[in-house]
Amino acid sequence: MSLLQKGTPAPSFKLHATPDQELSLEDFRGKNLVLVFYPADWSPVCGDELAVFNEVLPMIRRHNAELVAISVDGTWCHQAFKESRRFGFPLLSDFEPKGEVSRNYGIYREGDGESGRALYVIDGDGIIQWSYLSPVGINPGAEGILKALESIPVKEEV
Amino acid sequence: MMGEARLTVPLEESDHVQGPAGVPLELVEYGDYQCTHCLRAYPIIKRLQQNLKSRLRFAYRNFPMTQQHPEALNAARAAEAAGLQGRFWQMHDMLFENQEYLDYESLLQYAAELRMDVNRFARDYRSQKVEDKIREDFESGVRSGVNGTPTFFINGLRYDGDWSFYSLFQVLQEVEAGTNV
Repeated sequence: MSLLQKGTPAPSFKLHATPDQELSLEDFRGKNLVLVFYPADWSPVCGDELAVFNEVLPMIRRHNAELVAISVDGTWCHQAFKESRRFGFPLLSDFEPKGEVSRNYGIYREGDGESGRALYVIDGDGIIQWSYLSPVGINPGAEGILKALESIPVKEEV
Repeated sequence: MMGEARLTVPLEESDHVQGPAGVPLELVEYGDYQCTHCLRAYPIIKRLQQNLKSRLRFAYRNFPMTQQHPEALNAARAAEAAGLQGRFWQMHDMLFENQEYLDYESLLQYAAELRMDVNRFARDYRSQKVEDKIREDFESGVRSGVNGTPTFFINGLRYDGDWSFYSLFQVLQEVEAGTNV
């Protein structure tokens, strides 16, 4: 398994965003979607990575895009993490079956039982337009995401 | 340790810079006045400046993480407003040295202590000009791959390594000698 490349249809998913709400890939049809896979809630590097994306959300939303972050942590853990860091985007739980979505996206780290630090930009038709896998200790920043969003042609308003 | 990310907006007139142009080493920090890591970096930078003297040019740009640090934006405004009266670095130091007190009353008090025109400071603090400067810094940081605070760029390349005094000092010396690729 390895990182899925540009032009590949994004594997669908349906994951809990809160204990009683699920989000699926299809919910974002017609919008660009940034998927941020990260190893774990509370670990220092992820915290910084997600904090930067949180600050950059207005810049991302200018491109008709939404952002969601995914790790194998459970919904209660996500909820506490999200509240503590005041994240303005959903954290999805790839919890049961553990890591299935991360595996489908080719970035599950079997030995560690965690998602890799990967970014995907998916267009409104569900096609992957950009993907990136960071070295585990290095926080990627938001530049690659913005560049990818800028390169997606804007569809005419219907 | 030098990342692939590059500083996309080179230093310009509007930047706050210490040290002359055209020197071998240029260190740019993207920082947040309410961030504890940036506070830890603050004396390290001073020590680097003492050791490298005029071989080092240092610039500071704003990267307020406003969701985590509710007073970071106001503190950045205070520094920029002070800059309009030629007191940027004095305010910059004042803010880090008093990081626990960044509320508006304290900021006004710092302006007074620095013998600024406090009415003008209060006006500039709310001005579009100051807000635009902070937003431009933030956006240039995002476009350059800033991935948390503080993020350092050495001669235009993001530095991804450890930023203790000794690590930075060593890397800067290697960059100056041309042995760090």
